[in-house]
Amino acid sequence: MLSLRGVTVAFDGEPAVDDVSLDLPDGQVLAVLGPSGCGKSTLLRAIAGLEQLRSGSIAWDGRDVGSVATHRRGFVLMFQDGQLFDHLTVARNVGYALRLRRVPDLERRVAELLDLVGLPSYGDRLPGTLSGGERQRVALARSLAVEPRLLLLDEPLSALDAGLRERLAADLRQILVASATTALLVTHDHEEAFAVADRLAVMRSGRIVQQGPIADVWRRPADAETALFLGYAAVLEGDAAARLLRAAGAPDGPAVALRRSALAVAPDGPLRGRVVSSRLTPDQVRLRLDVPGLGELDAVAPLDRHPGPGDEVAVRVDGTRLAPIPGA
Amino acid sequence: MNRRLLGLLALAAVPVLVVGVFFVLPVGGMLALGFWPDGDFAPGAALEVLTRSRTIRVLGFTLWSAAVATTVAVLLGLPAAYVLHRTSFPLRRVVRALLLVPFVLPTVVVGVAFRQLLGDAGPLGFLGLDGTPVAIVLGLVFFNVAVVIRVVGGAWEGLDTRAGQAAATLGASPVQVFRTVTLPALRPAVTSAATVVFLFCATAFGIVLTLGGTRYATIETEIYLLTVQVFDLSAAAALSVLQLVVVVALLVLAQRARVVAPVSRAPSRPRRLSRADGVPVAATLLVLAFVAIPIVSLVAGSLQVDGRWSLQNYAALGTTGDRDALQVTVTQALVNSLRTAVDATWMAVGTGLLVALVVTRRSRAPVERRVRGLLDGFFMLPLGVSAVTLGFGLLITLDQPPLDLRDSALLVPIAQALVALPLVVRTLVPVLGGIDDRQRQAAASLGAGPLRSVLTVDLPVLWKPLLAGAGFAFAVSLGEFGATSFLAREDFPTLPLVIFRLLGHPGELNYGMALAASVLLAATTAFVMLLVERLRVTSVGAF
Repeated sequence: MLSLRGVTVAFDGEPAVDDVSLDLPDGQVLAVLGPSGCGKSTLLRAIAGLEQLRSGSIAWDGRDVGSVATHRRGFVLMFQDGQLFDHLTVARNVGYALRLRRVPDLERRVAELLDLVGLPSYGDRLPGTLSGGERQRVALARSLAVEPRLLLLDEPLSALDAGLRERLAADLRQILVASATTALLVTHDHEEAFAVADRLAVMRSGRIVQQGPIADVWRRPADAETALFLGYAAVLEGDAAARLLRAAGAPDGPAVALRRSALAVAPDGPLRGRVVSSRLTPDQVRLRLDVPGLGELDAVAPLDRHPGPGDEVAVRVDGTRLAPIPGA
Repeated sequence: MNRRLLGLLALAAVPVLVVGVFFVLPVGGMLALGFWPDGDFAPGAALEVLTRSRTIRVLGFTLWSAAVATTVAVLLGLPAAYVLHRTSFPLRRVVRALLLVPFVLPTVVVGVAFRQLLGDAGPLGFLGLDGTPVAIVLGLVFFNVAVVIRVVGGAWEGLDTRAGQAAATLGASPVQVFRTVTLPALRPAVTSAATVVFLFCATAFGIVLTLGGTRYATIETEIYLLTVQVFDLSAAAALSVLQLVVVVALLVLAQRARVVAPVSRAPSRPRRLSRADGVPVAATLLVLAFVAIPIVSLVAGSLQVDGRWSLQNYAALGTTGDRDALQVTVTQALVNSLRTAVDATWMAVGTGLLVALVVTRRSRAPVERRVRGLLDGFFMLPLGVSAVTLGFGLLITLDQPPLDLRDSALLVPIAQALVALPLVVRTLVPVLGGIDDRQRQAAASLGAGPLRSVLTVDLPVLWKPLLAGAGFAFAVSLGEFGATSFLAREDFPTLPLVIFRLLGHPGELNYGMALAASVLLAATTAFVMLLVERLRVTSVGAF
């Protein structure tokens, strides 16, 4: 179990990571989600022992690892661009850490790992001949080779294109679960976090603003900014929030975040709005609505109804697509 | 023949002509004299030289001293390159500049400094190293360790640290990271540096001549002795050919070593020094002491007369020495040196710029690429031919109309410019080659003509390397000894020649003056190189 207490890292006196405390139980995957420049990669490097702490402590199973050199920590860091050793073949890259430890039966283990990441028969290739996705798979195999007690992943998928990213995220989750690896992933992409992690920590300006099981965080964002970062389309406060919650039949609250599909066109809906614009997508019609008292919001309509700009429509509110926010 | 190829050849014409007339012709003349002694091809006499036991001994000593000096320079240079280019500490820039000083010191100065240090009366005289091969190797290392630091340090600085960090998180200890990740990435730079250092050591002239005398000779000094003292020209020609073959083979190897898988580069912040850096820091301090001690002892020696501190040696620089050892005063020789260096500089930079333009333009057709490749190798030739051969060749070929330059004041600068040419070209080529050709295409598509596109695209990145190359050529010219020793007129000697002559004349004052003149020459070159260093052009001295 990884425990961080009050971890602070500063560059030239400016804190990049500020008083971060985290716990990661064995066998779980924690995603640290935050915009670029929020200090999440620095946090990862600090855990790996590549950045010096200004204060705070990093412990594994209750033992402080602050003075343990990077190569003795048993935490493997997988870099954003893989950082494969270009002068070594794929097999030698994957077997690198095994060779350092003089592990017997090396070839078989390397072959297993390449199978695990779906790249059998790639052993003799050089990294320069691989595509971006293949490189990341090799990097993952190399990282898993010594069964690290903690795997640190720095935006492992962000260098890849969208379709590949989705596929690889699912594979990554499967591989991590299959190998029962404790992992900490940093990313700026909430989809990636949801696809891979069990737990979520949201980071902003060097601080952790919220953490917990991923579903909990998603259902109850700590504040408006977090909600928007988690993919909510809008946040309403005060009277507007009260009106919306009433229309949804939900308990009153000071603020509420709503997903893009929280408002749906329905003849018997309690709210009315005027269509500002509409756009057809394969699954549904996406609308921008001007709802008096609430402002301009996103809404959806079924494909058989396609209201045009200027039309008045009735909408209902889907309570499961709202998230109450405590005192904004 | 298409227009592009014609344009290429037109641009190449001037430098080809310059190198052809002032380099190929003289060297060819020198060789002809050896192989066609009476107009008939009679290589027997020349080839006989190669079987002499002295020749074999000289060749053996050349290779042995160069190999040992190269090994020591690389072993000392690697840790220093790390400390100076990868870590940060107070006064880092000063230490860096200080360690580069030997690189530009005239060879004669280095020779004088080591004799002063190791001689019977010197501070380290008790070691009994004066006149031994060890002294020659030490001198060669002193001169070349800066090359290793420069070339390897430059590569190390740009190396992406994250590959090493990835290895560390996979469980590699610092030593294992160095062995399995850092060293393979540095290998091209190390090979390149080692080749160049070996080349410099194997063709070293001034150091070996001042430290080895006639007892320990390398091929280069042997050519000099054979031509100047023994007057055995066929033997000298045979040795020139031997040297040319060895050097060209080395250059080809170096070129091969440079072609490797691309290494990912990313600027990285230098790390603060930590306790783990103990070994490299200790090695760097050793290098620092090794570089500083001869220089300090030289300066101290120049300030002493009869064991007392005095400026008398410097005051004597305005004279012609004890018992008129010289024809002109030392100060006059300095003026000569500076005037010669100015001429050599504009020649080297002008030719070097044309060469760099020719070899870096992107080739569109295989023929064009082949022509460019040939030209590239052709212009590197002066690096491989002994300066002594060049000097002697110029003397014997340019002595009749239309090219009777023997008494021309331009002959010495021309020879020095040719010696400096490869270094100028190597400073400019990486910069010009680094310009994305699409920049010029973009300029052209926006309506800029060829000249205009050079002004907007090339010039802004080129002016600093040009200045740096000019300073480099200036420094090389100031210290050039091999070719100049043949070509300089008796009444117009340069400073290195004057120093060498002072060393050859008995008398304590003459020796003291040689020390003072060495300090003066060293200070002048160091000043020029400090100006160059301020320009922060990384390709200076990168081979």
